[in-house]
Amino acid sequence: MSDDVQPDVLVKLKNVSKHFGEGDARVDALRDVSIDVYPGQVIGLLGPSGSGKSTLLNVIGCILEPSSGWVSLDGEVVYDGHWLRPDLRKLRLEKIGFIFQSHNLIPFLDCTDNVAIVLNLAGFSSMKAKARAIELLEYLEVDQRRHAFPAQLSGGEAQRVAIARALANRPRIILADEPTAALDSVRAGIVMDLLRKVAAEQQAAILAVTHDEKIYDRFDHIFYLRDGRLETQKN
Amino acid sequence: MNLAYYDIRHNMGRFLLTCLGLGLLLGVVLSMIGIYRGLVADALTISRTPAADIWVVESGSRGPFAESSRIPGDTREAIARIHGVTEAGSITYQSLETTYKAKKLRLYVVGYEPGRLGGPDKIVKGRAITRSHYEVIADRRTNLPIGEQLVLGRNTFTVVGLTDGQVSSGGDPVIYITLLDSQELQFELAPSAARREIARGNAQKSADLDTVNAVVARLTPQINPTIAAKAIQSWKHLAAMTQQEQENILLRSVVERARKQIGLFTVLLLIVSTVIIALIIYTMTMDKIREIATLKLIGAPDRTIIGLIVQQALAMGMIGFCFGALLIINIQDFFPRRVLLQAEDGLALAGVVMLVCVLASALGVRLALKVDPATALGG
Repeated sequence: MSDDVQPDVLVKLKNVSKHFGEGDARVDALRDVSIDVYPGQVIGLLGPSGSGKSTLLNVIGCILEPSSGWVSLDGEVVYDGHWLRPDLRKLRLEKIGFIFQSHNLIPFLDCTDNVAIVLNLAGFSSMKAKARAIELLEYLEVDQRRHAFPAQLSGGEAQRVAIARALANRPRIILADEPTAALDSVRAGIVMDLLRKVAAEQQAAILAVTHDEKIYDRFDHIFYLRDGRLETQKN
Repeated sequence: MNLAYYDIRHNMGRFLLTCLGLGLLLGVVLSMIGIYRGLVADALTISRTPAADIWVVESGSRGPFAESSRIPGDTREAIARIHGVTEAGSITYQSLETTYKAKKLRLYVVGYEPGRLGGPDKIVKGRAITRSHYEVIADRRTNLPIGEQLVLGRNTFTVVGLTDGQVSSGGDPVIYITLLDSQELQFELAPSAARREIARGNAQKSADLDTVNAVVARLTPQINPTIAAKAIQSWKHLAAMTQQEQENILLRSVVERARKQIGLFTVLLLIVSTVIIALIIYTMTMDKIREIATLKLIGAPDRTIIGLIVQQALAMGMIGFCFGALLIINIQDFFPRRVLLQAEDGLALAGVVMLVCVLASALGVRLALKVDPATALGG
C-alpha cells in the first residue's frame, strides 16, 4: 500500500477499524474509517459520546493500535496491519504535537521549561531549547508569564503554553482533545484563531475533538462520527 | 533537563519533610549499628587494656569475665619466671555499687599492682596511683573530678587520675585501685561476719586475702602465645588462654545474645526502612501519574521516566541519610551506653541505603512504566 502515500497528505487513514473485546463483548469503536487531511487544514472531529472520536484521535496519535487498516502520517506509512516503527514515542516526538483539554502542563516546570522539555527530549541543547521556547511563548503572546508555574496561570494562558509546547518540535500534525472545553467563549475563540494561524503559517494539520458548538465555524472541515463510522464530512 | 531536580525544587518543603522523616528512621538504624559496635568495643576494652598475650585463670574456668576465677596471689611470680614472659601482673575485677552525691553509682573495679601489667593504659588527666592504699583512677564516665572522695566498702578513696573510654562489658565505668585495696574490698569479710568466723575458730588470715582473679602476662615476640598457654596449663591448678581466646570468650559468651539481639533489630529496621522508602516512592509516583502519561505522550523515553523516579529516590535516601547521620553524630554522647560510629559503617549503610532506594523505586518504576499515555488525554 506504500504506493498510496501522497506527500501532500499529512494524515491519511484507509479503512481503519478498531474493536475492543471479542464475541458478545465486542465493541466496534471505529469501522472502516478513511480520511485525508492536508497541510494548513483545521479539522473538527465531532460526534456524540462513545462515537469513537477519542479512539480515532488515539489511533492517529499512535497511542492505540488499530485492529485493521492503513495509516500514513506526514508521508510515512506507520501502520499497515501492524505498527511499522518500533519506537512510537519517538514517532510522536518527531511528527505529532498534542493539546489537551486540561492543558496537562508539567506542574513542576515553569512555562519556558514546559515548552523546552519537548526540545530537550528531541536532543536539543538546553540553551537552544530555552531560546526556541521563549520564541514560541512570544509568538503566542504569553512570554511575560514565562517564569510562572502552571498553577499560577489562567486557563487561557495555560492553553497558550500548551499550544507552544505542541508546536515546539515543529510537528506537522497537531492533535487537540477538547482544546476549548475549559475556556469561556471569548478565550475559546482566541485559542481557535491561534490554532488557525499556526496551521496557516506552519502548514500543519490540526485535528481537534470537540463538543463545543461555539467553535464549529472555525474548522475547515468537520468529520462527524456515529457508532464508529464516519458519517459526514462537512466543509 | 533533570526532571527529578525540577520536581524536588518545586516541592522542596514536602520533599525535605519526607527526607527528615526518613532521616530519623535512618538515624535509628545508624544508632543501632553504633550501639552494636559500642557493645563489642565495651566488651573488649577491659580485656585489651592490659595489652596482654596470656591470661592465666583458675583451672576449669573461662574467667575472669565469663566465669569467676580465683587463683593464689603468688601465681604472678611463678608466671613471671616462665621462659619468654617479659612482664606479668595480678588483677582482680569486681562490680559494685556505691553512692556519690546521693545517687547510685555503678562501678567496675579493677585491682592491679602499680608498676606492673594490668593498670590503665592511658591517664588523660591527673597522675598514676603512687600510694599503696586509698587512691583511685576513675574513668571520666563516672563524672568524678580529681581530688574527689569516694567511699568503697569501709574505706574512703581519693581520685588522683582520670581515664577515658574505660567501661566494662555491661557499660559500667571502670575505676582502678591497688591490688591490696581490691583484695580487701573483694575478699575481706564484713566485721560481723569476721567476728562470727573467729567465734567458730576460722579466723580469716591475711593469706586468705592474697587471692587474685587472673594473672596477665606479656611475652617476647619470639614466643607463640598458644604454646606458652599450653605450657602453663600443665600446672594442673591453672588454666591459660591467649588474648584472642579471651576476646572470643567475651564476644561469644558475655555479649553474644545482646549482640545478636541488636544485630537482628538492625536488620529488621533496615527491612522496615526499605518498605517505607518503597511506599514513599510509590506514593510520589502515584501523585505524578498524569505527568508521566503526558511525558510518554509527548515522546519521553522510558529512561527519562525511570530517571525521574530513581533519581528522586536516591536524592531522598542520600539527604535522609545525611540528616540521620548528622542527628546521631550530634546526640551520640547523650546515650547511656557507648555509641561507636565508625566511618566504614556509615559508608556501608550509605551504600545499603542507596541500594535500598534503587530496589524500593522498582515498585514506582513498574507503576510508571505501566501508565498508559492515553491517560493524559482524559480517557
